[in-house]
Amino acid sequence: MKIHTRVLIFISCLLMLSAGFLPLWHILLDAPQYPEGLEMKIWLNGLSGNVAQINGLNHYIGMKFISVDDFKEFKILPFVFGGLTLLGFAAALAKSRKLLWAWFIGLCLFAIVGFGDFYMWEYNYGHRLNPHAAIKVEGMNYQPPLFGYKQLLNFTAGSLPDTGGILAGLGGLLIVAALFYKPQLSSNKIK
Amino acid sequence: MKFSPYNKLLVSALALLAGSTISGCKPGKVGSAVDADAAKKVYVAPGKYDEVYAFLSGGFSGQVAAYGIPSGRLLKVIPVFSQNPENGYGYSEETKPMLNTSHGFVPWDDSHHPELSKTNGEDDGRWLFINGNNTPRIARINLATFKTVEILELPNIGGNHASPFCTENTEYVVGNTRFSEPLDNSNGDVPINSYKKNFKGAVSFVKVDKDNGAMKLAFQLIVPPFNYDLAHAGKGPSHDWIFFTCYNTEQANTLLEVNASQRDKDFIMAVNWKKAEELIAAGKGAKITAKYAHNVYNENTHTATSVIETGTQTLDVTKFPGLVYYLPCPKSPHGVDVTPDGEYMAASGKLAAVIPVFSFKKMLAAIDKKQYDGMIESVLPVLKYEAVLHGEVKKPGLGPLHTEFDGKGYAYTTMFVSSEVVKWKIDNLEIIDRIPSYYSPGHLSIVGGDSKKPFGKYLLSLNKITKDRYLPTGPELAQACQLIDITGNKMKLLLDFPTIGEPHYAQMIPAEKIVKNQVKFFKLEDNKNAYVTKSEKDTRVVRKGNRVDVYMTAIRSHLAPDNIEGIKIGDEVYIHVTNLEQDWDVPHGFAIKGANNAELLVMPGETCTLKWVPGLAGIVPFYCTDFCSALHQEMQGYFRVSPAGSNVPIKFSIGENPVTQ
Repeated sequence: MKIHTRVLIFISCLLMLSAGFLPLWHILLDAPQYPEGLEMKIWLNGLSGNVAQINGLNHYIGMKFISVDDFKEFKILPFVFGGLTLLGFAAALAKSRKLLWAWFIGLCLFAIVGFGDFYMWEYNYGHRLNPHAAIKVEGMNYQPPLFGYKQLLNFTAGSLPDTGGILAGLGGLLIVAALFYKPQLSSNKIK
Repeated sequence: MKFSPYNKLLVSALALLAGSTISGCKPGKVGSAVDADAAKKVYVAPGKYDEVYAFLSGGFSGQVAAYGIPSGRLLKVIPVFSQNPENGYGYSEETKPMLNTSHGFVPWDDSHHPELSKTNGEDDGRWLFINGNNTPRIARINLATFKTVEILELPNIGGNHASPFCTENTEYVVGNTRFSEPLDNSNGDVPINSYKKNFKGAVSFVKVDKDNGAMKLAFQLIVPPFNYDLAHAGKGPSHDWIFFTCYNTEQANTLLEVNASQRDKDFIMAVNWKKAEELIAAGKGAKITAKYAHNVYNENTHTATSVIETGTQTLDVTKFPGLVYYLPCPKSPHGVDVTPDGEYMAASGKLAAVIPVFSFKKMLAAIDKKQYDGMIESVLPVLKYEAVLHGEVKKPGLGPLHTEFDGKGYAYTTMFVSSEVVKWKIDNLEIIDRIPSYYSPGHLSIVGGDSKKPFGKYLLSLNKITKDRYLPTGPELAQACQLIDITGNKMKLLLDFPTIGEPHYAQMIPAEKIVKNQVKFFKLEDNKNAYVTKSEKDTRVVRKGNRVDVYMTAIRSHLAPDNIEGIKIGDEVYIHVTNLEQDWDVPHGFAIKGANNAELLVMPGETCTLKWVPGLAGIVPFYCTDFCSALHQEMQGYFRVSPAGSNVPIKFSIGENPVTQ
């Protein structure tokens, strides 16, 4: 394993690590009465932001209250992600391309399962509404977008990666680079 | 009859003559004073903020009003000395103690002079003090919450008018008496015409804690029985001194209109407060009994408590040389105002033909050289007028009342009688400009105009008479103020707007100094109210004898519990409403049909209590009065009131619905 590959892996691991201490994703809500906007930040191990306010508003449409305790994910995710990052370090230290591939595939699976899970939560929150809710709009569901923006009654809901998510994404790109990029080193010297 | 060309000419000539005569005998019309760009200068586009907060006293309304400048938009009326049914101030159990005094509950006062707290002589935007004139008090408003958080009564005085002006670092705010009267601990049952013998003045120095603003009556100086009108503390070189205007040095006790206007000169009383502080620290103060209320609103419990204090310390100024000197000042002075550099004191003799400007340096020199012009009460030196005078502003107008400064070397004085504001230069005392005021201004206010670093730009002329300025509203008209642009050499009228009560005086401050400290809502977790209900699960109704406590919560869009039974005639019901919201601008109101009380307006995270003594058996509705949400009209409930002695048990509930859990 070339030194530049190991450096790339190392940087990627650091990015992943820092992502563990930063919000990965956020959901934004804008409405005429909320020009300053409401946001909910999603971390590896929990939620932050205007969760109480969002719950307060959601009760009109009968959406289940969002509570960190309902998500087993927040207890598991830090270990899974931590384990994966360790795998990355191991790959760099052992100079093992096999471990590198394992890490890469692990991360890909993590991302796929993660987004799938996120979608399912969004689907359930948006569709399983209390039948006694004060506001009922025929045919309306309140599932936030997986990525991008969507209009939900008076709110514009946005779903976008946060700092941690962007860093983790960059880390992923570095791994791809580590796997496939072979620099033409010192071509001048060969001359 | 046919009009000949000649007739037509004659008629139009007569009309022209009549018109010119009418306009000719009314000089100083509005049009001439209004800045051509006024509309542009005062227009604050929707959604944009004003540049400056103006805090106007409400005068006889007892409150303070916050306006945005330059738009003149009313932002909030802050209840201070008067009950305010609009939000329950002075009606709720938590705030009733704020209006307690040694005379019991006093639901009103006359609030005159707002004073921003100062650090290094500059407005710091932390607190606003204001005096209660009638039942002598000083209130402190927290400018992070715009709530009155402390009211201190002052003993031994009547008419707390020369108040609550503060020293350079808000070490003290002062209170001084308009009415001298016998001290509270003496026998006050004396003939009124024994004034000179039995009546005294008392200058109160209220210590302000520099961290939390808490007030304490530190000491009172016992002074001759004059009427004390206004005050201003020194700054910079004059830091240790504070100046009070005195009128009625004739010591009249009847028909003051005439009897207190006889002498050519009254006084500015210069007090060395630093020296007084040292004397008190050295134990020279005499402890006397005095009864006065000290009311504190605790921001964690959202509850006020009132304590009756029982004593204070006094210094008889006649026994301590060097504490007090008198500067002769023409004719019943009103304002005494210290220039930003602390070097000059401009005094406004309201019946005088000049504005005398005193020099602090010369005052110290005159004290040093003992340049006296007699004594008051045999021992208090009156300094020689010529020895302390910097100069006189000649022919400023009629009825000078109050002066502030722009920080560029100019002073601006209101002229009550000639109804104008006059701009003059401090160094050569020359008049630069004058602008009419509509009508009869008392005080004026410049942004930071009494501080060490005036911000300038805007001047408010605070007027007593409105007459024809707005659409008429019957005999009782709003009072008003005018906004004047003072950026140029010539003053320009920008705006004219009506105010609440009497805009007696105002203080203005750049908005950013206030905005940065704003509290948006109270944290529920920090709410230490004795009757807080932090979750709907904890709502309950508890009977103890004939006292019933209802622990109620409010959240969009229901009050819990909303069905309450078992209340009986003869009960005293206390409804403690906690607003569970934790978001900006979601207050909930609470009102009960037929309650002999006001409503509550409960801020997010706050608990307020309404006392209700039901008078009739039956079903009594209650509801949220603040349009809080789309389902506000559904935010309601019922009490069932049964006759005295009935055996209906206490029962409370709210409909089961997981949506609201």
